[in-house]
Amino acid sequence: MYKVAQTSAIENKNKSELKTIIKPSHGWSWVDLRELWRYRELIYFLVWRDVKVRYKQTLLGAAWAILKPFLSMVIFTVIFAGLAQLKTDGAPPPVFYYAGLLPWVLFQDGVTKAGNSLVTGSNLITKVYFPRIAIPLAAVAAGIVDFALAFLIMIGMMVYYGVAPTPAIWTIPLFLLLALITALGVGLWLSALNVSYRDVGYVTPFLVQAWLYASPVVYSTSLIPEGWARIVYGLNPMAGVVQGFRWAILGGVMPSVGLFACSVGVTLLLLLSGILYFRRTERTFADVV
Amino acid sequence: MNDIAIQVEGLGKQYRIGAMPTGYRTLRDALVSSLKRLGSGYIRREHEMIWALRDVSFDLHRGQVLGIIGRNGAGKSTLLKLLSRVTEPTEGYAEINGRVGSLLEVGTGFHPELTGRENIYLNGAILGMKRVEIEAKFDEIVDFAEVRRFIDTPVKRYSSGMYLRLAFAVAAHLEPEILVVDEVLAVGDAEFQRKCLGKMSDVAHEGRTVLFVSHNMSAILRLTEETIVLENGRIVLRAPTHKAVDYYMTSEMSRSGEYFWEGDVTGQENPFKPIALRVVDLQGRVVDRVASKEGFSLEFEYELNDAINGLRVGLYLYTSQGEPVLTSFDTDEPGRYELFAERGKGRYVSRCRIPADFLNGGTFIVGVNASSFQIRSFFTEEHALTFNVDSTGAPGTQWAEIRRGPVRPALDWEVGEAVR
Repeated sequence: MYKVAQTSAIENKNKSELKTIIKPSHGWSWVDLRELWRYRELIYFLVWRDVKVRYKQTLLGAAWAILKPFLSMVIFTVIFAGLAQLKTDGAPPPVFYYAGLLPWVLFQDGVTKAGNSLVTGSNLITKVYFPRIAIPLAAVAAGIVDFALAFLIMIGMMVYYGVAPTPAIWTIPLFLLLALITALGVGLWLSALNVSYRDVGYVTPFLVQAWLYASPVVYSTSLIPEGWARIVYGLNPMAGVVQGFRWAILGGVMPSVGLFACSVGVTLLLLLSGILYFRRTERTFADVV
Repeated sequence: MNDIAIQVEGLGKQYRIGAMPTGYRTLRDALVSSLKRLGSGYIRREHEMIWALRDVSFDLHRGQVLGIIGRNGAGKSTLLKLLSRVTEPTEGYAEINGRVGSLLEVGTGFHPELTGRENIYLNGAILGMKRVEIEAKFDEIVDFAEVRRFIDTPVKRYSSGMYLRLAFAVAAHLEPEILVVDEVLAVGDAEFQRKCLGKMSDVAHEGRTVLFVSHNMSAILRLTEETIVLENGRIVLRAPTHKAVDYYMTSEMSRSGEYFWEGDVTGQENPFKPIALRVVDLQGRVVDRVASKEGFSLEFEYELNDAINGLRVGLYLYTSQGEPVLTSFDTDEPGRYELFAERGKGRYVSRCRIPADFLNGGTFIVGVNASSFQIRSFFTEEHALTFNVDSTGAPGTQWAEIRRGPVRPALDWEVGEAVR
């Protein structure tokens, strides 16, 4: 008993440094990264919960993480490569589509889950304090586990179709990171808007679908004419991500660095504006949601 | 080291009326109203706003336990939400020295699909516990909640009692320096409530700073020494708890004579819906003052959305100091239990006749309870209504003196010569 009391007294001494000022805030503000770091365990537990719960009470469980992109790949292969005879730049169509779908599904799930995350987590927001950004952040991060599972199949397919990895394969984490940050940027916007405007719930599926066709998932970037069209196309960061990811797997012609830089720029813009808008509206979340 | 744990200066919170109940607007509404604003020039419409809390200032020393009481909508929860940083104030300032743990609702963040074990970790993290802290307290939490056998079962398979016990157990083992507690004792069955109260009492006596909101006056009296009374968003009194409770109970702001429950207070899955509680005199009129020498009735009206088996509906009677006087249920008598234990869907009145020459003069508080013994508590409100008893004409009133005790029954005395 005594021992317990003593340790907690020492803890109290350390904790008493903490001083919180509560007052109305105004204007724009940035994320308090130190605070976010202090709440890292909560973020971890939120990710862990999302991962655990995602496939609960499903027959196939985590197999869905693989089946989702895999079944899409089968459909794309039959329709786009088979019926529509779209070019796949000489790569086996299944590998071509699957390599495009992997980063895409990561992005799509991230955006959708993050967009709904604040509304789904409204009971948390109205009851306890923590940096609100932890919720969409965890929703996006949880997708990494699905991605990792689905990537195992990617490896299997590469072996099966005899696709030898090129040194470019080491750039995968880069494109992965870019997809996650883009999803977070868009997710922050959508989640914050969703708190006030539930229209977001209806808009998101269309947005995601339109975005799919604006990205080289079902077709190859080589379909896009050179020149201005390419540059406009590069404004879509997911174009850079999907093309880059595919290149990392299949090799071939390296994507234009300028185009990639453009993608990175747009991604950062999305993230920064997302954070600012989120932080601005954050203080009324508990009142409005 | 600073001795002040919480310092609050002119804190206020304004809500937009209509924004609160409906929750959200649609994009179309926002577009339409901003177009309107463009047309008519931007005018800030003050009358659409309501102050849920205004001009609240107080400070709290380390180790002090402060109670907060007030009617529903008086601003108690808003105050706690501001102090626990769930929402931002509109004006004012507060300084908090120390880690705040808030217990605004037990079971926050519980996920039905996760097991008891998983939820302990998740809920603990949400409430601000470190993983190592949770690990250290894990066994204690499980024992307190009495769910060891089901610890690896998803909580959606738990009975509501087990669920609440686990939820409270996690929350009760938080160890922040400042604990903010809102009405957590209003859950579970009577035995568990006693256990919770005991735990809260331990916490309060450990030298932790506690802000404690409750409608349960006996809990407030037991746990706190000083209490703030809130009325319409402002502090009207800060006094030693027994004085504050007395003020609150007897002031006009407490409900007297008749009370209607508005809206769905018990929640969707609860078949029991309270409607009204009233004090009725012999002529059938609703009154807030009864004569001790006449009898009167306490009527509790309620609706059952579904049949309930083993139901008992009853009353608690307390003095204005929160001391219990009696507890009585409508099916206490075995014959009535046979008749009414199983009640079908419909609207009911349970009427309790209080005999003449029974209560002493003073203010009394009526609480209500509807439950199935040891199975489920459907509804409890400890302090639903007050009424006054006029002792004029009661036994012994020819002597103008205060008679001790809450009851003043006409007892049968015999006086005889002692037999040697």
